[in-house]
Amino acid sequence: MSDTSQGTGGVTFDQTKRSWPSEMNVLLALVIIIVVFEVLGQILPYMNDQSFLFDTRDRFDTIFNEARIKIIILQVAIIGIIALGVSQVIITAGIDLSSGPLVAATAMIAMSFGQTELVNGYANPKALFGTWAMDLPVVIPIVIGLSFGAAIGAINGIFIAHFRIPPFIATLGMFLICRGIALWWSAGNPISFPTAQYKAIGDGMMPVVWFLSLAVIFHLIMRYTVYGKHTYAIGSNEEAARMSGINVKRHKIMVYMIAAMLAAFAGVVLSAKASTAQAGMGEFYELFAIAMAVIGGISLTGGRGSIIGTVLGAMVLGVIRSGFTYIKLDGSYQLMAMGGIIISAVILDQYRQRNRA
Amino acid sequence: MSEEFVLQTVGLTKHYGGVHALEGVNFDMRKGEHVAIMGDNGAGKSTFVRQITGVEQRTRGKIAFYGDEVNFSGPLDAREAGIETVFQTLALADDLDVPDNLFLGREKTKWDFLGPFRLLDYRAMREATMAGLEKTGVKIPNIRNTIANMSGGQRQCVAIARTATFASKLTIMDEPTAALGVQETAQVENIIRTLKEAGEPLILVSHNMRQVMDLVDRIIVFRRGRMVADLDVNATSGEDVVSYITGAKTGTEFEGAA
Repeated sequence: MSDTSQGTGGVTFDQTKRSWPSEMNVLLALVIIIVVFEVLGQILPYMNDQSFLFDTRDRFDTIFNEARIKIIILQVAIIGIIALGVSQVIITAGIDLSSGPLVAATAMIAMSFGQTELVNGYANPKALFGTWAMDLPVVIPIVIGLSFGAAIGAINGIFIAHFRIPPFIATLGMFLICRGIALWWSAGNPISFPTAQYKAIGDGMMPVVWFLSLAVIFHLIMRYTVYGKHTYAIGSNEEAARMSGINVKRHKIMVYMIAAMLAAFAGVVLSAKASTAQAGMGEFYELFAIAMAVIGGISLTGGRGSIIGTVLGAMVLGVIRSGFTYIKLDGSYQLMAMGGIIISAVILDQYRQRNRA
Repeated sequence: MSEEFVLQTVGLTKHYGGVHALEGVNFDMRKGEHVAIMGDNGAGKSTFVRQITGVEQRTRGKIAFYGDEVNFSGPLDAREAGIETVFQTLALADDLDVPDNLFLGREKTKWDFLGPFRLLDYRAMREATMAGLEKTGVKIPNIRNTIANMSGGQRQCVAIARTATFASKLTIMDEPTAALGVQETAQVENIIRTLKEAGEPLILVSHNMRQVMDLVDRIIVFRRGRMVADLDVNATSGEDVVSYITGAKTGTEFEGAA
């Protein structure tokens, strides 16, 4: 029988602290990997006591080996930009496989409007269009590239949200379509010799600047805006999100559009950095972007993870790549190690999920 | 349609293809009244709830809310009109915390000119959450915990607190204690009593005879998609209600209905 004298009152609400953030685990993993390389550098006989991240020989005025740290970030920056978008897609319990080829297609399209007319006084040998498309202000190729990305993302989103095609299949189709567009755009020829302004987008450390500023922006968006909250809600319980009055279809389309625009922007930055656009660019980028998100603690079942995690995940991949070069092991070992780390990250995630509640 | 009724349905009917899940239901409830809906599995209780909350679109019939005829195109419409529902499935997002769930789909925001990127007012939502929990007497150790880390009873309380936080004109609970232990059930029943004292009307869908007899003013019995009895709790007994549910009896005014 019910007892009305119990069960109410005595409410305590002072405990509004948040628990241990899961990003700390990724940070811990990152530190452990760095320590492992540091130790290997000391004990491997052929390393001559080199340090991985510290400036032991006083070649610079700083404590750290700045050159190495810069390279670590630089080599993951462009894929990292893609990973920021892929993370949002995965948080909605989706997946985006189309980003790698979209990088290539956007690079081709944007670069064809970012070419310069004269190269060393001669006509641009790689010109795709006539002189009307030469030496345009840099905003034109950027706007065209981002619009192309937005269109591809909208198509992805419409197929997934309205026609209920599984995200894996819809974006796999788009993967092939985008690679096809990249080849068709210039009949397979590279497009080169961009304007100085265009080149500046990917010059030096610019990819890192883009990556980190976009990471900050999207971290704030995911954490402090309605867009972010609804993205987590949809991945967490789509039915509940719908019943709460969230327009799930429209929101999903928006998420896929933002992800595709980030991949498109990565394509612009990559072509600017390389000063050329080729149809084969961005190979495996979609997979590395997904790997960064997953290593960073973004759950493939949706609803969990953060942009900070993804940035740390990108750092983990960067450190591994750089570390293997540092201990003079070739690329084949790198790939095997990365594969192992991706699988361990997912195992850890599942273990965490099973052990809660 | 009269204004003295909180909710009134006339000939409410729902067919799923050839299945007649709900057939010509004439239901009404007055202000401040707590009404229970009982019936066997498949009797049409949840179907009835889904029609009046806009989750599904009815086949035929009229629904009036506080005297005005309404056509909810979705659950949000119903909620904006003031109908708060605790669904059987709870409709909570597991990875979000208590304030996030309470305000899901109607967040308190700042800088609304930013459109979808308008800022969440976390502080206001936390304060309103605490006020809502205090009002209903719900005890949750840490509101920043995600729902995934909570017990069944706590989840149920969050779902109910969600309806109580917003001044609702009608609360509907679909089997709120079906999955709960004794203590948790008592807590939920206390919340229902609080609503009664506050004069907030409630529709309770339940299988629990003891609970229904304890809590509500009136019992409506559904059988095979039709309303078969409308009983005053003080003028009926548990055995009586059971015989209506099983079909041994049918209310005189509903003769020929089932």
